[in-house]
This record gives sequence, structure tokens and C-alpha cells, in this order.
Amino acid sequence: MTGEYILKMVGISKEFPGVKALENVDYDLKRGEVHAIVGENGAGKTTLIKILAGVYRADKGQIRLKGENVSFQGTRAMIDRGVSVIYQELNLIPYLSVAENIFLGREPIKNNCIRLINWNKMYAKVSGIMQLFDIDINPKARVSTLGIAYQQVVEIAKALSLQSDIVVMDEPTATLTGNEVEKLFKIIHNLKRQGVSIIYISHKLEEIKQIADRVTILRDGEKVLTDDVKNITTEEIVRSMVGRDIGKKYPKENVPIGDELLKVEQLCSKGVCEDVSFNLRRGEILGIAGLVGAGRTEMVQLLFGYRKKDSGRITVNGRSIRIKKPLDAVRAGIGLIPEERRNHGLVLELSVFDNVTLSVLDCFSFLGFINRRKLGELVNSVVDKTKIKMHTYRQIVKNLSGGNQQKIVLAKWFLRNCDIYIFDEPTRGIDVAGKIEIYRLMQDLARNGAGIIMISSELPEVLNISDRILVMYDGKIVREFKGGEVNKEHVLSYAIGAVRDSTTYTEQTLREDK
Amino acid sequence: MIFRKYGIFIAFIAVIVILSIICPSFLTWKNLLNIVRKSSIHGVMALGMTFVILTAGIDLSVGSVLALTGVLCASFEHAGLPVVLIVIATLGIGAIIGSVNGLIITKGKVTPFVVTLGMMSVARGLAHIYTDGQPISGFGGSFRYIGGGDFFYVPVPIIIFVFTLLIAAVILRDTRLGRYTYAIGGNEEAVRLSGINVDRYKIAVYAISGLTAALGAVILTSRLNAGESIAGVGYELDVIASVVIGGTSLMGGRGSVWGTFIGALLIGIIDNGMNLLIIPAYWQLVVKGSIIVGAALLDRLREE
Repeated sequence: MTGEYILKMVGISKEFPGVKALENVDYDLKRGEVHAIVGENGAGKTTLIKILAGVYRADKGQIRLKGENVSFQGTRAMIDRGVSVIYQELNLIPYLSVAENIFLGREPIKNNCIRLINWNKMYAKVSGIMQLFDIDINPKARVSTLGIAYQQVVEIAKALSLQSDIVVMDEPTATLTGNEVEKLFKIIHNLKRQGVSIIYISHKLEEIKQIADRVTILRDGEKVLTDDVKNITTEEIVRSMVGRDIGKKYPKENVPIGDELLKVEQLCSKGVCEDVSFNLRRGEILGIAGLVGAGRTEMVQLLFGYRKKDSGRITVNGRSIRIKKPLDAVRAGIGLIPEERRNHGLVLELSVFDNVTLSVLDCFSFLGFINRRKLGELVNSVVDKTKIKMHTYRQIVKNLSGGNQQKIVLAKWFLRNCDIYIFDEPTRGIDVAGKIEIYRLMQDLARNGAGIIMISSELPEVLNISDRILVMYDGKIVREFKGGEVNKEHVLSYAIGAVRDSTTYTEQTLREDK
Repeated sequence: MIFRKYGIFIAFIAVIVILSIICPSFLTWKNLLNIVRKSSIHGVMALGMTFVILTAGIDLSVGSVLALTGVLCASFEHAGLPVVLIVIATLGIGAIIGSVNGLIITKGKVTPFVVTLGMMSVARGLAHIYTDGQPISGFGGSFRYIGGGDFFYVPVPIIIFVFTLLIAAVILRDTRLGRYTYAIGGNEEAVRLSGINVDRYKIAVYAISGLTAALGAVILTSRLNAGESIAGVGYELDVIASVVIGGTSLMGGRGSVWGTFIGALLIGIIDNGMNLLIIPAYWQLVVKGSIIVGAALLDRLREE
């Protein structure tokens, strides 16, 4: 649009105890442009945003907003100056309505002495925004009743209602499906036309090529380059992010498939999943595709004993076992790397050492006393193997980046030497290089004779890494494919329920039963 | 489905029906008024406590704050202050004590449990020191009207209770303070990131709890015709139980003062019923504690 700069950040530096998060970073933004920021986990993207949002105070550097120098005054001041941030971890209040969440902190007040909230005005305003951007959500609905994609839309509506000049989107599409992403992009175009500038953070480089005007690349807290998106290829972006060539995006090696390791028959839980049957062999990576809400996470939680199942038979290594709680599953040699790693995978306030050893303390203690020396050796070896980046293993997990946190969850189960690893969205929110490392680790496990179940919403990942693919829709397995013999559209048509020939799968199950 | 939403109400009706059947003197106008009048003390305190618990906090100091503000209230009366001033001063002191709790919790970043546990001991101790353990008794008629008078045949404490309920309900539903109370309990970090001064609202919530404890003190002191430093021992049990039985989640974010109102009445009815059935005092404690834990268990079952 115009060449006018609305924001200039100059020489920004920030240090956390023991970590240099940002070092002399420059960033600027023109009116009506989308300026993407990319970088590996821990490159400093989120820190930069939080400094702009008034969450952190920069140690050094200057922020000029609309030609004025801005000093640190906290989040409220930045919101008032027209900067709104949609954080990666959604920040909504579950038991309040959509409208209240959108107007949180700026509720319209009736003009009277006791300052009551003007509900009619609030709902009318929200309806207006929803109409303007063609969003179909009831402003009175409780946020907890909405799906995660809609919650994201509520966050965006919140930024829109603020009439901000600058909207920051931190990984906005991480939890959205294809259709919803298109809708988001339409909203972004709409915003651009109205002169709103957007700072767009994403790991999905295809998206950046599609939506951004300029891109800034950060690496280890320093700026590598800023350039027009059309002057730079995806490969160049990746190389600048990682600092080297990373090779194939989806490394897949052929591992010999061995004996049957796990057999699940007629797994049922009312309203969650229905008659799910499948098996898993040693050395195999079994991908599970489907939309958000298809029941994939719930299904593996049933298998792992984290949810109560109504019926179903589970056989591990030829022995029928009863799984009533996670401990039963762990004893049977199953490890779960959960979708919500911060809530379900880690104890954020504990150290790397404590987290990694959580699953094996029972094996390395005598009369309740822990053998720290022996455990220390083990932790060292597993940290080497998974390449966790940290200063010392006494460091608290909370301060590590998403990719490193995921590796810690993996390391926890590696120590346990499981037979079966269940990965639920293993690469969500993780950068390209981190993803490749995780694919490699999975295949190391497979080569050593483990079986792997991988739930993923990223189809290219499922298609390229899996040996076999199950597609779930509405709590049922609707189709099975062999890896490498099927394309994206084909899988998707089953995942969205457009095609249904569950007969194929049922017939196969019946055959096996005979 | 119906039980999920109206479980507490069904339990409430059930207890009334059962008591009416097994105990003929229960369902009389006089006895019912008596129950509501007695419930008004822990009831108003529970209304304030609801605010605190909605933010996922707790205030254990209410019983002791009642004792301290009660003896101060009694000496204000003896000093000859007009009734309006006595009430305002007492409520003000309650709110200040609550604010101290809130300040230490927010600015000092100490958990509410520990801060209010400490205040429970401090306030009780101060009340003993102030009175030297002796009750301050014998008030004029206009002050005794608050706890003992009738207004158009309705005991004044009941009017105060219902009036406080209505104010609390409007605050929670229609003001920023109320909505932020829910919001803080739902996701405190999100509220902070929305640029809201979370500390200010949390302090306000503890001030409200202190204020309602003082309101309970005014009613009790007037009713007993004495301010005593041993008043309100163990009241936090009845108060917190009223809120929890009323369906407010201890995890914060969910609940209402209407539920608390029913919860407070239910506690009053159970107390009254056990007295009418001549259950020994020691056993009453056991029964009441069991009912509270039972209510929480029921709540858990409803969630699953």
C-alpha cells in the first residue's frame, strides 16, 4: 500500500536468566502490510511480540509507534495505542460469553451512577463485527461450548473490535482446518484493505508465501534478514532459519515390518468412538488422519486408559490385557506423547531431570530411595539422543521452547523403553528443523522394533511418514490406506465424511476374525 | 439433565419434605422464619465468600473477622455513636481487614489459604486483647432493632440478607467488578493480558468478604445484645459450605449467589432439623461435615 511506517523497533535486546532471547533486533511494519516473522523455536519470535505488547520490558532498544517513542507501560497502554495480540495459547475465559470475552476490559457502561454494563450495546456491537467479517457465532454462547477453531475466531473478533492498527497473530492456523484457514486469510485481506497492519508468525512457510508481503527471519535471537516475500524462495527461508541445509523435509527410511505388537478390537465409548479395530506391527508407523473432533485423541486416550471405555479388547504381544488406568498401559509397554504437552505431558515447574525421570523412578529406586547417579547417566544419554537444547538438566521446563519441551516428553518415554509409542500431534507448533528431528527419532524407535501410532492433522506429514494410514470420521475408522499409495485429496474426502465406504474396512476386520 | 442443573434445588426441597414429615413442628411459620433469621448471619458472609471463591481464592478469616468487628461494633455502641455511623464504621473496618488480606495475596504473592489462615489467628487474637476476654453487652433499643426487630412482620436480619443477595446478584451480573470476578477465576492470565488490573479486583473481592463478615457481626452482636471475642468460632465452615453446596466451583469461574442463598438456607435447615430431632451437639458436627463432603461428591459426579 503506502510506504508509511507505522512501527519501528530498533536494536531490541532482551535477556532472561541464563538465556539471551533477543540481541539487537530491528523490525518495522508499514501501514496495511502483512509482515511475517519466522524462525525456529527459541529464535525469539514470541519474546519480540511480547515486548511489543508491553508484557516484557526490553533491556535495550527503542519502539517507535506512529512516529512516537513508546516507553514501557504495560499491556493496557499498548492495547490503547492500537496493538492487539492473538497469542498462540488462546486466552479466553471459558465460562463467559463470546461477547464478554471480546469486550473484556472494555465493557460498554450505561451512563448512570452505578455504572452497570450495557448488555444490549455489547451484543449489538459484537453482532456488527460478526456480520462485517462474515463470522457465524452466537455472541451469547459460552466460550467453553465452542470448538477450538471457533475460539480462535473469537480471539480474532476481539482484535477486530479493538479497531487496532496493528494485529499480531502468533501461529493463528496451528489448530485450524483448511477451510477455516481460507476464511482467516479472507479476514486478513479485509483488514489489509482497511489499512490494518499484521504481524504474522507461523511455521507454515507455504502460508507465508501466500499471505505475507515481507518476511523477517530470526535465528538464535538475532535477525538474519528482512526481504519481500516474492524475492525469496521457501528453501532460502528454511536455510536462513536453520543456518544450514536440512535435506529432505520428510525423511522416510524403509524399516522391516515385524510381528503384530498391538491389536485393538471393537473399542467403544459412547459418543466418543465406535467399534474401532486395528492392529500395529513392530517397526511400523501407523498414521491416523482425520479432522479436529473426529475422535482420534479420544480414541488413543481410551487405549491408554486415560478415559473409560465401554467395551473393547486390547492385545499386546499376543497377550490380552485389561487397561483401566494409564498405569496399566505403561506396564504393558505403551507410552503416550499427548497433544497438549504443557498440560498433559510435563510438570512445568519441575526441572528437565525430574520430568524425564518421572516415568522410570519406580525402576531406579530401592526402598523408596532414588538412585540419582544411575538416573543421571541415563538422562545424559537420552538428552544426547534427543538433542534437547538446555543449559543444565536442573533447568525448569517452563522456560524452554515448545520444540524442546516436546523432546522432553519424548525422552521420558524413551527412558522407559516402551514397545508402543503413541504420538498425538507430535509436531504441532514445532519448526521445520525440529519436525525433521522428531521424524528421525520416530524412525529410530521403529528400527529398534517399536510400533508407532501417530495422530496428525497435517496431512503431508501423515502421508509421507506413515507405513499405513487410518482415516477417522465421527468416531469411526472409515478407511485404511497404505502409505505412499494415496494422495491428499483422497484422504481428505474420507476425513470430511464426503465419501463413506466403511464396508472395505469391516470386511477386512471380519476376515481377520476368521 | 434436570438434576445436573437443579440438583441443589431438588436436594433443598427433599430435605424440607422429609423434615416436614418426620417432625411436625418443622413446617410452621414461626420455625421457618427462625431458620431464615438464623441463616442470615452465615448467609450474608457466604454471599461475600462467593466472590472470593469465584476467583478461585478462599477466605478462612471470616469467623475471626466477625469476632473482631463485632466487639468493635459493641464498643462503638457504648461510645454513643448513632446507629448509622456504627454500621458504617463496622463495615468499613471489615472491608479494611479484607483489603489487607487482598494486598498480601496480590502484592506479596502469597496463597490465599495461608494469608487468610494467618488473619484468622491475628483477628481472633486482637479481639481477645481488645476485650480482655470479657463480653461487651447491653445496648440501646435502636441498635437492637437490627438483629431483633421486625419490619412489617418480617425480621430485619432477613430483610438485610435478601437485600444483600440482590445487590450481590446485580454486581456479579451487571458490573465490571462482577464479570472480572468470574473472568479471573476462569483464566487469570487472560484477564491480565487484556490489560485489566487484576490485583485491584482481587483486593476488592477480599474487601467484600471482609465487609460481609462485618455485616454478619453487626447482626449477631445486635441479636445477642453482646459483642464477644469468642463469637463466630468455626463459622468459616458454615460459610464455605454454603457456597460449595450452592454449586460454586472451588476452582473458580463458575457459580452464583443464588446457589449460595439456597446453600446457606440448607445449612440453616439442617441445623434446625437436627435440633428439633434432638440429635446431640457432638453428632451434629459429624452429620454436617458429612453432608458437606457428600455435596461436593455429588457435584463431582454431576461433572462426569
